[in-house]
Amino acid sequence: MSERILVGTRKGTFIVEKQGGRWTPRLAGHSGVGVNFVARDPSTGTLWAALGHGHWGAKLSRSTDGGATWSDAPQIKYPAGARYLAPPEPSEDPDAAPAKATVKSATLLKLWYLAFGSQGRIYVGTIPGGLFTSDDGGETFELNRPLWNHASRGGDLFEGEGTGDTHWFGTPASEGEFAPGIHSIVVDPRDPDRVMVAVSTAGVLETTDGGQTWRSRNAGLRMDYLPDPTAEWGHDPHFVERCPGDPDHVWMQNHCGVFYSADGAASWKLVSAPDQGVHFGFPVAVDREDGRTAWLVPGKSDQHRTTIGGGLFVARTTDGGATWEDLREGLPQENAYDVVYRHALDCGGDAIAFGSTTGNLYVSDDRGEAWATVANNLPPIYSVRFG
Amino acid sequence: MATVELTRHLHSFFPALAEREITVQGATVAEVVRELEQLAPGLEFYLCDELGRLRRHVNVFVDEERVADRQRLSDAVGPGSRVLIMQALSGG
Repeated sequence: MSERILVGTRKGTFIVEKQGGRWTPRLAGHSGVGVNFVARDPSTGTLWAALGHGHWGAKLSRSTDGGATWSDAPQIKYPAGARYLAPPEPSEDPDAAPAKATVKSATLLKLWYLAFGSQGRIYVGTIPGGLFTSDDGGETFELNRPLWNHASRGGDLFEGEGTGDTHWFGTPASEGEFAPGIHSIVVDPRDPDRVMVAVSTAGVLETTDGGQTWRSRNAGLRMDYLPDPTAEWGHDPHFVERCPGDPDHVWMQNHCGVFYSADGAASWKLVSAPDQGVHFGFPVAVDREDGRTAWLVPGKSDQHRTTIGGGLFVARTTDGGATWEDLREGLPQENAYDVVYRHALDCGGDAIAFGSTTGNLYVSDDRGEAWATVANNLPPIYSVRFG
Repeated sequence: MATVELTRHLHSFFPALAEREITVQGATVAEVVRELEQLAPGLEFYLCDELGRLRRHVNVFVDEERVADRQRLSDAVGPGSRVLIMQALSGG
């Protein structure tokens, strides 16, 4: 059973630990600063926080003493010459020729997600659409160029002008811009060279050679906002997670439903149950051993982004999405406007935890059967991770 | 020597710059920022992005004038200038 929860919020990092049998939160750093994600590197025990300063930009912070003190880590920066294609902006010149895309120089807009490989590699997903890796414990980070230069986003703009056409669109999470972002990084525990990333908005890409080449992993996904719902690119995964003990089982909460794969994302199957409210949402958590068991916190459609009927519930499946149960005991069932962001639900064994935009933090010690409200008045919660 | 004054917000991230007079020799804002980076490693990336441009929500004044060149920070700094580095008020 995990005994510590790391919580990233709009106004700082909180650590939640069991004291006298009760989960108890405390502010642990970054007071007043937006914290997009906090997690512990299991190889070193270092805590990492992805900060978003309103005025001063995105910064990586770390703690080597369990969160007692934090300091800026060596910072992630896009290399000189990194450019990307963005949706064209209206020109001031009424006679300007129409353009499919605008070429922009890349600067760090957001640190969105961190993942840790079995051999100590650290991965960071960023906006605009960067995957950075470190093999020296975070002293230096390098942009993965094969992914940055992928044909699906217009090819190599370091060396040339590329194709001029991109299938990577943007996310409103881009801190005032509209650029693509990497919010999910899934390392196969059996093979550290096999890594998946999910991009809003493009879809899932996988490498099986340590990041030298990437291919799409979007077969079976459907979208309802492009002419071809099964097109290779343009999908909007909200979060992707795989079962660490059963890694071929991969789950996705997508803008357009819940998808499950039992073959390592080679093919996806829609397993939504709209009649039960299981369809739209942001996060998904997967059991550590059983790849068919997963938890969601569904919301009411992309148009509303609220709870369904004012009641908050967690949906759980134990059979790969064939059936779903809604778990409500201990959760507010009236006037609840909790929205749970993509990184704010986690499985720590039998303990499941999630936090919401309304500053509520909920924990279950029995796999979701019953919930305790651990905090009511935290800042809006961006991430929840056991560690 | 020009003097530099920082918003107190930055003091919380770079306490070494708090409660002391900061004097610099730079003849442009870019040179001043480079000197500040020597005094407080990491500060430059708080003020500027990877391309060396002043971040959107950062303001720099030389005496009473807001700097004009946010791209290359080429505005002149005189020997007696006062350089203020502030967070831009975005309204609200």
